[in-house]
Amino acid sequence: MSARDSAVSRPGSLDTARRLETARPRYGELAIAGVLFACALVSVLTTTGIVIALAEPTIEFFQAVSFKEFLTTTDWAPTFTPASFGVIPIVVGTLSVTFWALLVAIPFGLGAAIFLSEYAGERSRRILKPALEVLEGIPTIAYGFFALTFVTPLLRDLWFLGEEPALFNVLSAGLVMGVMILPTVATISDDAMRAVPAGLREGAYALGGSRRVVATRVVVPAALSGIVASFVLGFSRAIGETVIVLLAAGAIPNLTLDPRESVQTMTAFIAATGSGDIATGTITYKTIFAVGSLLFVMTMIVNLISIRLVNRFREVYE
Amino acid sequence: MSGRSGRGPRRAQAAALAAGETTAAFSHGSGSSREALKGRIFLAALILSVAIGLVMLVALIVKAFVDGLPRLNLDLVTSFPSSFPERAGIESAIWGTAWLMAGVSATVLPIGIGAAIYLEEYARKDRWYNRLIEANIQNLAAVPSIVYGILGLAFIVRGPLGLGDVVLAGSLTLALLVLPTVILASREAIRAVPASIREAALALGATRWQMIRRQVLPAATPGLATGMILALSRAIGETAPLLLVGGVTFITFNPGFDLSALDSPFTALPLTIFNYVARPQDEFRVVAAAAIIVLLVLLLTMNSFAIWLRNRYQRKW
Repeated sequence: MSARDSAVSRPGSLDTARRLETARPRYGELAIAGVLFACALVSVLTTTGIVIALAEPTIEFFQAVSFKEFLTTTDWAPTFTPASFGVIPIVVGTLSVTFWALLVAIPFGLGAAIFLSEYAGERSRRILKPALEVLEGIPTIAYGFFALTFVTPLLRDLWFLGEEPALFNVLSAGLVMGVMILPTVATISDDAMRAVPAGLREGAYALGGSRRVVATRVVVPAALSGIVASFVLGFSRAIGETVIVLLAAGAIPNLTLDPRESVQTMTAFIAATGSGDIATGTITYKTIFAVGSLLFVMTMIVNLISIRLVNRFREVYE
Repeated sequence: MSGRSGRGPRRAQAAALAAGETTAAFSHGSGSSREALKGRIFLAALILSVAIGLVMLVALIVKAFVDGLPRLNLDLVTSFPSSFPERAGIESAIWGTAWLMAGVSATVLPIGIGAAIYLEEYARKDRWYNRLIEANIQNLAAVPSIVYGILGLAFIVRGPLGLGDVVLAGSLTLALLVLPTVILASREAIRAVPASIREAALALGATRWQMIRRQVLPAATPGLATGMILALSRAIGETAPLLLVGGVTFITFNPGFDLSALDSPFTALPLTIFNYVARPQDEFRVVAAAAIIVLLVLLLTMNSFAIWLRNRYQRKW
């Protein structure tokens, strides 16, 4: 890495080296560098595009609907007449599904990571890790189908606590989403734990720690910021997931914490409303963008926290 | 990092672990049998954690197969969507997906690899704009896919570009969605080419672009191809952005073979599956399950090909 850096970037940065460059400027080379820079700039333009695309209709939305109504009232019926724009039910719906997803993904993801990093031999790792990656690569539409046609009927059949879950319910969507996020949590936590220096483990073993004690009291705490980052990333994937909730959790805004009931999430609202044929400039159209902005800001904050944590954990042992 | 957790200590650790195959061996002091029991329960919990994911994977595949088997035949891929489930198929969806992927490849391949070359070979890390680009790509990779759908709806389908609900709009939206993935994978591939190759080329008088074009890119091609295929396999299963950008799911014609297809309304495999799953009649779920199998087989083929490519051609320097 460092050797190449000096080979490539020094000619431009040192005065003595500059004199060694060709006397005739190479316009072709400059043009190529310019084109490549433009390619890299596309990603920045994408972000700018997202922000502008969201901002303009969102600002117009808030000229029609007050911030206070949007964030504090609890009736979400933007397509009805008279319309009401209290976003709380769909935010709670999102968080409620996310809660069940994380309840699956965090313990089992962490467990899988500990197994992969501390218990599994090279051979089983080589089978298990790709298997988890396959799980990660399954399209969300397949998970949605699975939630609706397998997990929901199963839950309704096996239910023993009072009234059985509705045909569309939070629990089924949340559990399946948890399975979807599990590999993300597992692979990132596994990377974090494998970055813990072997010396720490050996020290713990030398002091008489059992394998379990070394894993839970030494390795996990040492890799904690990376592990927490994987949880945070799982959280951000859960609030942004669309298809599973759209198919399995329902489409009716419903302010409830009961996992047996049907709810609408922010993403499900955007997808359900945006896939219909709505006229540009109407309040319904702008509502999609207002909810999109809220979702974007939420995931952005969560992602920044996660990137912070990952960067910090990277520096610990270097 | 690499120095300290290198092979030496790892081997020592492996030896230490081997010496104490039964966890109890390490804790003779205080109630070794209790610790051994705890260790065993803990290990059982870990194995359960790994198993849950795998069991679900198997359950999902088996469920799709059992449900979809009755419709898993040639009729499925040679019939258009229909309101009669026994006649409904996925022909237009397969063509739509093929065109979408062609569009995604054509846009994201040059841009993604170009950006990766810039970041790896040209960018100086001490410049703020380069750091901004890097942080931005990291952030973009975690933006929910539905937000890309909103971008596509506002800027590509309507607004400035105003393309309408056509193949090209879907392609561009998906291309932006997978761009960060392609850039990250391409950077890894380019970084894996050793510095000595570059130094040798420069020392022989090659310009920077000659060095990249004739040495770095050929050496990095397997890695670049792998990253590209994996990115496409992500794009092929994306449903959420297409719900906003595609809109139409009931397409009873093929986009055709020439480039005018890019301007045609379309449906795609995940969209059609979504449409069939969301219908109340159970018969449509059979078609959906069969289509899911087609999608999974397609994905599995692409991923295996990528892995094969990586193993077959990736050189160890």
